Amino acid sequence: MVDTGKKNARILVFSTEKISDPAIDMAGLLKLHYPPTIYAISIPCSSGVKPKWILHAFEKGFAGVFIAADGSDCPYGESCTEKTGKIVSTTHELMKQKNIEPARLRMAAICSVCSESFVKQMKSFNENLLKMQGA
Amino acid sequence: MNNKLGVYICHCGGNISDYIDVEKVRQSVENEEGVFLAKTTMFACGDSNQKEMVEDIKNNHLDGVVVASCSPKLHLLTFRAVTERGELNKYNYVHANIREQASWAHSDDKAGATEKAIHIVKAAIAKVRFAESLVPIKISSIKSVAVIGGGVAGMKAAIELSDLGCQVYLIEREYFVGGRVSQWDSLFTTNETGKELVTRLYNDLVKQKNITVYTGAEVISNSGNIGDFKLKIKITPRYIKAKCNQGELQNAIDVCPVEVPDDFNFNITGRKAIYHNFPSEYPQSPVIDIKNCTRCGACEKICENVDFTQKEEIMDINVGSVLMATGFDPYTPADGEFGYNSFDNVITLPQFKRIIDLSNEKLTFKGREIKNIAYIYCVGSRQVEGENKYCSRYCCTSAIHAAIIAKKKFLNIYNFHFTRGIRTYGKQEVLYDESSRMGDIYLQSYENDPPVVTGRNDKAVVRINDILTGKREMEVEADLVVLVTGMVPRKDNSVGSLFKLPKGRDRFFNEIHMKLRPVETVIDGITISGACQGPKNIMETANSALSAAAKSYSYVSKGELELEPIIARIDKDLCTWCNACAQACPFNAIEMEEGKTKNVASINNSACKGCGMCLPVCPTDAINLIAYSNNEIESMIDALAG
Repeated sequence: MVDTGKKNARILVFSTEKISDPAIDMAGLLKLHYPPTIYAISIPCSSGVKPKWILHAFEKGFAGVFIAADGSDCPYGESCTEKTGKIVSTTHELMKQKNIEPARLRMAAICSVCSESFVKQMKSFNENLLKMQGA
Repeated sequence: MNNKLGVYICHCGGNISDYIDVEKVRQSVENEEGVFLAKTTMFACGDSNQKEMVEDIKNNHLDGVVVASCSPKLHLLTFRAVTERGELNKYNYVHANIREQASWAHSDDKAGATEKAIHIVKAAIAKVRFAESLVPIKISSIKSVAVIGGGVAGMKAAIELSDLGCQVYLIEREYFVGGRVSQWDSLFTTNETGKELVTRLYNDLVKQKNITVYTGAEVISNSGNIGDFKLKIKITPRYIKAKCNQGELQNAIDVCPVEVPDDFNFNITGRKAIYHNFPSEYPQSPVIDIKNCTRCGACEKICENVDFTQKEEIMDINVGSVLMATGFDPYTPADGEFGYNSFDNVITLPQFKRIIDLSNEKLTFKGREIKNIAYIYCVGSRQVEGENKYCSRYCCTSAIHAAIIAKKKFLNIYNFHFTRGIRTYGKQEVLYDESSRMGDIYLQSYENDPPVVTGRNDKAVVRINDILTGKREMEVEADLVVLVTGMVPRKDNSVGSLFKLPKGRDRFFNEIHMKLRPVETVIDGITISGACQGPKNIMETANSALSAAAKSYSYVSKGELELEPIIARIDKDLCTWCNACAQACPFNAIEMEEGKTKNVASINNSACKGCGMCLPVCPTDAINLIAYSNNEIESMIDALAG
């Protein structure tokens, strides 16, 4: 094992217990590596993320926030996709008011078996954030 | 706020500590606010550590506990139970996942993994400080189980569940039950045939009044959750009336002009468009293969029970749990793999077993008598370059068993086994011994120097550098080459996708934990059994089916399930009743409550499912979800950002 020493962006992921948590866990099980500066907070449903939590994360120094959306798999209902999308658009507006680049908040549907998709999203988000930071 | 916390950091043998400096994690968190004790442990889930935790909680009057170990899917309940045994409400426990989300995910970066683990544990500590004592919510659970797959695993599980008093729906995609086992002849160790075993199980099955068997049936949609799954099943007709005259039916089969390759015999024979796989197959009614039927009408003229008016049916069922028993496919070698499809006397083990069953007096294939048989092992398993890295477990035993049967049933059979090391584990070693005593020849090679198959006249020549004789080059001129193929996941596993069942590295359905939760999946209420989970022999399949049945039963047995008491909570001082939360709630769990000075929102605790959809829409931030309050989430963010 080697310490790569590579600089990575600090990313907060809002993942969900029933849908994206299993995918993130499976990414670990399959040793699909992604930057270790990516941290997940589990919540029941992606449409329950408060914009103020996202803004709080930016205030505290996170470079990016990723919402692992339940999409059509949401156990709580079909409206999840639309509601999660609305949270993102509302937060984007709030971010603009605070001069935070909206691209620092990203959302994508991550199903319970989407380990590879999660890792791909994390790697590309990390790269984009590093570019934004001029690293 | 909890301020006397116990924190335990697990090595998980070396699964965590090989990549994360757990002592550094402990030292980094021991002085966090509220931490009373911080310990490392080799196995947090081990009995001795659990006892120590109980004593720590009781003796020190801890008011919050954190264990940093594997995924909460695995041990959240374990440590909640430990907390309860320590006489502390179990919701004062918070789990930190530093294995799947740190040590394994970042096994390429020890320093990064350790740093991440420190932050994850600090976040858990921040959260547990706000934890409260709660009482679980109870919901009703329908006392019925859908068993998907009517092979040995499915039938065994269905019988067990029925014996326990459950309503069972056994859903089989094919038109006959029995699965792969009905294709096998004599079985080790009992010498019972596969057909006899299936008959015995089917007879037990039909005696049960609370089992409904659907054949030609597929689940086409799924909604709901544990305790109340709503399944839609499509049932395709047999085009044969329920009761029919066997003589007439046989004549109808005989007169059918269509002949297609017979899947049941792995395409070494053909069958008609009206068919049964074998005369006593269950249910004992043939079927018309409507995709291949030309509707010539020949069968209708002979047999009055042919009924083309039958229509496809869609049924809705509600069940509390779903048990998957969808089985496996045998590996199909690639063209040219050990001469497959290049030489016409190279076949697979399942085909060979059907040939033994179908041959009498002389073992023949394509009109030629077979004497010298070469078996090439580990075809499609333990692949160096392919994706099937796993051992299929049953194939060594099955090949040797088939070789012995061939030798006993037919004269002048000579067996040559080209192996990569024999794995006849347990009692199956008896077969290996018997075969050796009967004169079978065993040759062995490494994975990087496999046997080579070439053609010579009408024979196939198998050449090997045999490591058992110092890499001497040996060759066998074989009348038949049998590729000992392993198990692979079903080609059509769409039912797994329907239920969003995760798959492992081997692409079979994945259990939560091989040893600790071997039949549960991450989808609550869905269990897996038999070879859909990974290669298994019949005995292992039956054991797994019974285990899955017991687990599925545990979800429905009481008629109710305990759910997390995670519901929304209104801050009535902040609420101004704008109705946005009620509109956002998909469960109609929020109503207006008239107050003396103002109207406010009120949560119906029994209807609230704890999704949190009402949280972001509140303009005054008057709603929090229990265990996911602003305090908890923001303090976790602070800890992760630090």
